[in-house]
Amino acid sequence: MERFDVIVVGAGPAGATAGRALAQAGLNVLVVERAATPGAKNVSGGLLYSRAVAEVYPEFWKHAPIERAIAAHQIVMLGEHTSTALDFRSAQAATPPFNAFSVLRAKLDPWLATQAEEAGASLISGVNVDALLVENGRVVGIQAGPDQIGADVVVVAEGTAGLLLKQAGLRGPHNPHDVSLGVKEVIALPPDVIEERFQCDAETGAAYTLVGSTGGVEGGGFIYTNKASLSVGVVVKIDSLYASGRHPHEILDAFKAHPLVQRLVRGGEVVEYSAQTVHRGGFHLATQLVGDGYVVAGSAARLLVNNVLTLRGMDFAITSAVEAAQAILQARFAGSYTAATLGNYVERLKATSIYQDWRTFKDAYGLMENPRLFSLYPDLAGEVLERLLTADTKPGSKALGALSEALKGKASWLTLSQDMLQIARGMVL
Amino acid sequence: MTAASQKPQLSLDARLGLDRYEIDAEQSHIAVDHDKCKTCTTRPCLVCCPAIVYRWTDERVAVAYENCLECGTCQIACDHGGRGAITWHIPAGGFGIAFRYG
Repeated sequence: MERFDVIVVGAGPAGATAGRALAQAGLNVLVVERAATPGAKNVSGGLLYSRAVAEVYPEFWKHAPIERAIAAHQIVMLGEHTSTALDFRSAQAATPPFNAFSVLRAKLDPWLATQAEEAGASLISGVNVDALLVENGRVVGIQAGPDQIGADVVVVAEGTAGLLLKQAGLRGPHNPHDVSLGVKEVIALPPDVIEERFQCDAETGAAYTLVGSTGGVEGGGFIYTNKASLSVGVVVKIDSLYASGRHPHEILDAFKAHPLVQRLVRGGEVVEYSAQTVHRGGFHLATQLVGDGYVVAGSAARLLVNNVLTLRGMDFAITSAVEAAQAILQARFAGSYTAATLGNYVERLKATSIYQDWRTFKDAYGLMENPRLFSLYPDLAGEVLERLLTADTKPGSKALGALSEALKGKASWLTLSQDMLQIARGMVL
Repeated sequence: MTAASQKPQLSLDARLGLDRYEIDAEQSHIAVDHDKCKTCTTRPCLVCCPAIVYRWTDERVAVAYENCLECGTCQIACDHGGRGAITWHIPAGGFGIAFRYG
């Protein structure tokens, strides 16, 4: 049986980074990717937050195929015919070390895989890992078609939809309450149109996070500016989706038909339609990260920070892969790869700032279970402002009166207060 | 802004037509236990799939696996909201969707 020191399953941000780090340390590493080219199976519905990534890939923005530095964030509540936005712009986010970048995975992932190869890792693409080889409860390698390949340790970085851990009985099935489906279009637009429409320059861009206009289905939408295209999509919880009886592409259509979204995508040409599941990322959903002979990194390990305002998957994947690699090197030094020796990965991960953030925002996940956040409040915000900003021929009222009018028959003051407290607990306190 | 300035939304078929696939003509990567589907009253697969791979035709589920975007939603939806009739595998190495942007 052919043998490597380490086999990495998946050449996404987690897999490529683990492969690079271990190869740099002199290990004999094999990275196996199921797509014919890395990235061809991958879809991003988020941003690449740069600080943690730059610790691993210094000044990566000079070399990596990123799209635009995100210097404008719009948090928008979409009512039926209204939109209420918080518009944040930062000149600092437009300069090194930046804050976040829009990316397209079919471009980014091949670059990451190349970094692993240049460090000395072997990459094979277009090959499925059919199973983890397990002997006496210990992972000892992989089955890929007719080939069995052995390794001291396997890094499972197979992504959200990956089935290896499930097949091997190392994780339970996904719960439709904890997983969302993202559907996305890439819409081509000339750079000068993007720059004028989104008020940015040649290198910078904008990110929109939108709630409402998903027809009451729990979830939200996003719009990111790429160099010469927009990434436009909705992310909806799977249980809420099938309860709604609406097709995902219809929810995307309705979202795109909202007057605000329509204006932003106007004149663009859809060039790709994609879909991807994403774990809701609750801290309480943390999965088992190590076992005898294996570690799990990236979204396969459900590592995702989501506090409504920021969704951090790719940088968490990269951070987790670095810590996993360090733990493997430490286990190698100790000469054994058991759950106990590899367990150092968990301790290392807990010491990272991104893990701390994950804990800090653990109460924010409850917000995403509150249906009023997706249906009632976006409309309510628009209605209150409409009452305040419209010069009617009938007498108006102050803000509280306007809110009281808008609330009538929809929610009680008690419900509103409880929800505000929940938002405060999730985001503020 | 007038309605006339808007391009109509693309149909789902037109959208899928934009995507690049390496179709495995030999085998489907999706297995369905049709007996289970017969007794299924909810059939969430018909709703949840972003590519409408699953259609109820002639009293059974027809599976257009060649359109699959490989998100895995059907498996999750069927396991929990249906009868656990779907077994979704990843397509054979190199086959299936090949995103050009992602």
